[in-house]
Amino acid sequence: MSILVYTESENGKLKKAALEVVSYAKAIADQMGTSVTAVAVNADNAETLGNYGASKVLLVKDDSLKAFNAKKYAAIIENAAKNEGAKVVVVSSSANSKYLAPLLAVGLDAGYVANVVEAPSSVSPFTVKHSAFTNKAFANTEITTDVKIVGLSNNSFGLVDSGGSASVEGFSPSIPDSGVTVESVDKATDKVSIADAEIVVSGGRGLKGPENWGMIEELAEVLGAATACSKPVSDLGWRPHGEHVGQTGKPVASNLYIAIGISGAIQHLAGINASKVKVVINTDPEAPFFKAADYGVVGDAFEVVPKLIEKLKAFKAANA
Amino acid sequence: MKILVCISHVPDTTSKINFTDGDTKFDTNGVQFVINPNDEFGLTRAMWFKEKQGASVDVVNVGGAETEPTLRKALAIGADSAIRVNTPATDGYAVAKQLAKVVNDGGYDLVIAGRESIDYNGAMVPGMLAGMIGANFVANCISLEVDGTNAKAVREIDGGKETVSTTLPLVIGGQKGLVEESDLRIPNMRGIMMARKKPLTVVEPTDANAETKALSFEKPAPKGTVKLVDADNIDELVNLLHNEAKVI
Ligand SMILES: Cc1cc2nc3c(=O)[nH]c(=O)nc-3n(C[C@H](O)[C@H](O)[C@H](O)COP(=O)(O)OP(=O)(O)OC[C@H]3O[C@@H](n4cnc5c(N)ncnc54)[C@H](O)[C@@H]3O)c2cc1C
Repeated sequence: MSILVYTESENGKLKKAALEVVSYAKAIADQMGTSVTAVAVNADNAETLGNYGASKVLLVKDDSLKAFNAKKYAAIIENAAKNEGAKVVVVSSSANSKYLAPLLAVGLDAGYVANVVEAPSSVSPFTVKHSAFTNKAFANTEITTDVKIVGLSNNSFGLVDSGGSASVEGFSPSIPDSGVTVESVDKATDKVSIADAEIVVSGGRGLKGPENWGMIEELAEVLGAATACSKPVSDLGWRPHGEHVGQTGKPVASNLYIAIGISGAIQHLAGINASKVKVVINTDPEAPFFKAADYGVVGDAFEVVPKLIEKLKAFKAANA
Repeated sequence: MKILVCISHVPDTTSKINFTDGDTKFDTNGVQFVINPNDEFGLTRAMWFKEKQGASVDVVNVGGAETEPTLRKALAIGADSAIRVNTPATDGYAVAKQLAKVVNDGGYDLVIAGRESIDYNGAMVPGMLAGMIGANFVANCISLEVDGTNAKAVREIDGGKETVSTTLPLVIGGQKGLVEESDLRIPNMRGIMMARKKPLTVVEPTDANAETKALSFEKPAPKGTVKLVDADNIDELVNLLHNEAKVI
């Protein structure tokens, strides 16, 4: 009757979100008096999940699973959950986990709540808090089924190193035909993705044109951050569509979000409100973003950003 | 090809979000409801299939009578007929269950739903529906082409995109990118007049219990006011981010 978690990896390396979901699952397991079993696919360092609270890892090694496939991965997790008699299954909020979770919910006949931001307020009845209305509110929702699936919002719980250790067991369930074949993947491998990022540096129409993005990229590089933009910026073709954040774009739940030359329209804020600390740099002191931000600089991006890069470089050098 | 487009009836983006009855119910007072933005892209793509490749397009909503203006709007945009499953949309699972019955009864080849609705943002209905009816499923779909029973789709992934091939019957969770925003249709007078004559069928729900229950709602704690840093004192910003916010 353990808690099962699906831990994502990329090119063999466990993602930070994987360590976070295990930390979270451990908190639930402690509440319920049980242990955590993790499922990992093609991860090289699965034993590290023990540090975050997993006592067992079911490791699937299979070259045919190199490309993510929602139906196949859901079948693996379903199998593991049934074998383990898991009552709670935890997944992250990556695009892939959100893709497989509804399929898994049907397979396990389990109630599923996504975008969960805290440990359950009660495990009996099983009640979780999650964001709703594009981050303008939270809902406290009870999952009434026997098996429950929780989708944890990235960066909402953090990593808890519990110093434990895990046994790693090979796991090879039968995997169904998926009906969906990945033909090609187009992804910048050297860039931090918005979903994984702890820090996001975002530019808006205030930057005037694509030729001015050098300083945004440089700032992102100094901070180890992902780059993002407002919708008009991607509509104008200054930046790729995948960088557009907001209600109709990607959601951002980073620890730090730096908005440069972005007005802070409600549709933009909807996608980034889940970020913890927001910094805004804007020439217009009346820009709505100042109402949503924690720190603000009223000033011209073309003067402020180069200064910020310089100061951060000095800070990094001093704290290296 | 028979296409079903799932239409979620959601508060307009700019709506103020409030709750009533001791924070247990969403307050619809003064809220304007619209077609879910992600569904609008799907509906327009469906119109493209209809006009360029020949297809019938039905729209469906699970909800009370109050959602009919939203369905009429979808008809005015060009859908052939509308179905309303007469039951409140209690949770993603219950909605998917109702939709599964509509799809099975209607024999649809392609179901276009939105990536997520902008009220509960669960992104669960399309996947659950696909799982229930045994159809193929592509989430976060930003491009879709269909040739006979073969389909090619592009979906957004974290940090990039992925091209997949699959076959009908298919369910997609669609979003911006399925069509250009400038191609989104707005109902014109003729469309509105025609929509009045198009069939809007109300069907009674099948048995489907919700698996989750929203007990209460809350709004984020009021934010403190922004701390302004002088543009000539960026050292202070770095200091605050390090020592106070502890994010660098
Ligand atoms: C249904 C719907 C969905 C939408 N979804 C999204 C979404 O997902 N994401 C999104 O972002 N938008 C979305 N929008 C659009 C949104 O309403 C705004 O139009 C958009 O966010 C504005 O982008 P912006 O702030 O970059 O541009 P602008 O509104 O043009 O603002 C630019 C800002 O830059 C400042 N500025 C100018 N020059 C400088 C300078 N030199 N230095 C510093 N600051 C400067 C200005 O003071 C201004 O505040 C949506 C709209 C609708 C209707």
